[in-house]
Amino acid sequence: MEIALSTQDLHDSTVAIHGGRTLDSHASSILFPLYQTSTFVHDAVGVDKGFSYSRVSNPTVDALEKAIGALEATPPAVCFRTGMAAVTTLFLSVLKSGDHAVLSDVVYGGTMRLFREVLDSLGITSSFVDTSDPANVEAAITPATRIVFIETPGNPTLKLTDIQAVSRIARRHSILLAVDNTFLTPLLQKPLQLGADISVLSTTKYIDGHNATVGGSLATHDEALLERFRLIRKTIGTTQAPFEAWLTLQGMKTLPARLRLHCEGAAVIARWLEDHPAVERVYYPGLDSFPQKSLAEKQQRAPGAMIAFELKGGLETATRALNTVQLCSRAESLGGLETLITHPSSTTHADLDPDLRRKLGISDGLIRLSVGLEAPEDIIADLEQAFAAAACVGATEEVSHEIR
Amino acid sequence: MKFASRLVSYDPAPGDRFRPIATPIYQTATFEQEHVDSFGEYDYSRSGNPTRTVLEKHLALLENGTRGFCFSSGMAAISSVTKLLRSGDEILADSDLYGGTCRLFSKVLDRGGIVARYANATDPESFEQQMTPATRLIHVESPTNPLLRVVDLRRIADLAHAHGALLCVDNSAMSPYLQNPLDLGADIVLHSATKFLCGHHDVTAGVVVVKDEKLAEQIYFVQNAEGNALAPFDCFLLLRGMKTLKLRVDCQQRNARKIAQFLAGHRDIKRVYFPGLSEDPGYDLQRSQARGPGSVMSFTTGSVELSKAIAESAELFRITVSFGSVNSSISLPGTMSHASVPPEVLAHRELPLDLVRISVGIEDEEDLVADLDHAIHEASARALVATGAEFLR
Repeated sequence: MEIALSTQDLHDSTVAIHGGRTLDSHASSILFPLYQTSTFVHDAVGVDKGFSYSRVSNPTVDALEKAIGALEATPPAVCFRTGMAAVTTLFLSVLKSGDHAVLSDVVYGGTMRLFREVLDSLGITSSFVDTSDPANVEAAITPATRIVFIETPGNPTLKLTDIQAVSRIARRHSILLAVDNTFLTPLLQKPLQLGADISVLSTTKYIDGHNATVGGSLATHDEALLERFRLIRKTIGTTQAPFEAWLTLQGMKTLPARLRLHCEGAAVIARWLEDHPAVERVYYPGLDSFPQKSLAEKQQRAPGAMIAFELKGGLETATRALNTVQLCSRAESLGGLETLITHPSSTTHADLDPDLRRKLGISDGLIRLSVGLEAPEDIIADLEQAFAAAACVGATEEVSHEIR
Repeated sequence: MKFASRLVSYDPAPGDRFRPIATPIYQTATFEQEHVDSFGEYDYSRSGNPTRTVLEKHLALLENGTRGFCFSSGMAAISSVTKLLRSGDEILADSDLYGGTCRLFSKVLDRGGIVARYANATDPESFEQQMTPATRLIHVESPTNPLLRVVDLRRIADLAHAHGALLCVDNSAMSPYLQNPLDLGADIVLHSATKFLCGHHDVTAGVVVVKDEKLAEQIYFVQNAEGNALAPFDCFLLLRGMKTLKLRVDCQQRNARKIAQFLAGHRDIKRVYFPGLSEDPGYDLQRSQARGPGSVMSFTTGSVELSKAIAESAELFRITVSFGSVNSSISLPGTMSHASVPPEVLAHRELPLDLVRISVGIEDEEDLVADLDHAIHEASARALVATGAEFLR
């Protein structure tokens, strides 16, 4: 029994819980079972019940794909072992030797590495451009270009790209537009409604939300593309595992509630950072000082919960502050319940040429914060003591008192 | 069908529309009902869960019973069986009993007015003399733990029934592959499935299997009422582990026989307790009621210090409680698994403090023998040095 209501009539918070609901006809369990099995018995030669081998498809993974599809308002999505497996499958599905891709210069470092280390040697070329100005996309497109891949907000400085504007360019050139929507999820930004062809998610982040799994997904309205993704996934074996899918299904039920809290906390912390004398600059799309605030309001439903900021005093101060935090965890990844703090120039973007890093605004004093669900006051107190210890500024008695 | 085939040829997912080869994990607390006033096969996972059903039916068949029940531990299984008793009832148990069972019987059940008495079940005449009109349950292990005594299960079953009592056999040391107590007349067979059934030390679980439908209803009532049934994920792991039960036990027994012979021939070993040795007092009886001696054995050295040093010098044999895993283990029951035996009970049972219990795994037999040989050598040398130091002082 499938849920009778069309998910289009439901609110996002309902869809997150019921969107992938596929009641198990055998036992009617309220949660979809975990099919931890590699293979399925065939009724007769060539006759199966829709599942044959878990690398190709699995009922539990299927349930997750329906759930993500419902959130994306598309047919069931295609789920992968990791976000990078999703991205890899995407490019292998649409590009061949001689083809060219245009990408945001702020995409995740792993996506850059994929081109540099893997796709390059297959004869696939790429241009990484500042897509915050759509004219740069237009200029980078060649007759060999097959796809434009953007990430907005970009990592780590949250630079935005106008999805609608870029989609018009892609359409005019009859090439695909894929948007990595990991920072916002379909609840806060709907790339497909803004003209993109493919929505990419690292489900590891907000979708799971509990730092319990790694995974990725591709969603599109294009049935032929979906078939192509499934074919390539089956061929290179990048399918999500049943247990990871089951945990992700459970985690995403609270996505709307979590995102609301994540964003509330981030807004409070961003404003506090902006007023702090030790902070040189804050990047957060919800602040009036954010240069692309109007674009954020146009294409996002909320500013999100990622913040980047620069401390006065550069590398040394930033390192000291990072080493002194207690509540915030020094860890890569983002979007989980726990607040994570990272130093992009030495971690996520360490592989990049220093000149390019500077061009992207990734100074040595830049710190990225994935705001978790702790009380914002506690995170602020933690940062305050870390800033004080790093001697960015003498925290006065008054300030410390006020915070506690 | 032979046992090896029965182990793997059950229906892993009856009625499932996708026909998976591995049983799906119904990691769910509740089940949706089609109508408000009538329930489907499942309504709530404490009461029943499809993953657990597959496991319970499979175990019932393997033990030649009619219904099986899985619990969150072996002790939970034993405890559930004792819920068949009422205040004033008595349990008569064999005296060479797992320490945890002893603790339950003597330190928990007494609060409900249930009396536990212990006697040597390998001597049926004197054992019978301990029966009273209030004796409702006889509880034995065979071979026993840790002295590996063999209890004549047919004889004890007759004796129990003659007095209107039930016989419950803890079959953990044998597994359904080596012994089926229900076929020998027992009313209830139970397992710590943590041991051979699981075999990988990754699940803590207990099993009860019975033949009698009325008894089954009572056990089910307790399982549901007390809420200590095995969790779905653990059911899945157990189903998975059990597929290799025969392979594992065959290999473990082969290794155990080699090790028992090695120990029996070693000058530093005083006595070996293992019903697989032809000189063992339980040898013939074991052959008459089981299909093998298993792979748990004990030995004494004549010195607690030496025994301790052997356990600590062994490398492949790791010091752990529990037994039946693919890994070999070594322990001193007197200070480890049986430390929970109340002193007043201990006074009436034989438990040599220098007793070493080993559970033989699936490592290479030559490596295992070499490891023990080295450990005994090392320990003896250490003991010699200690004696020398004592002498010089």
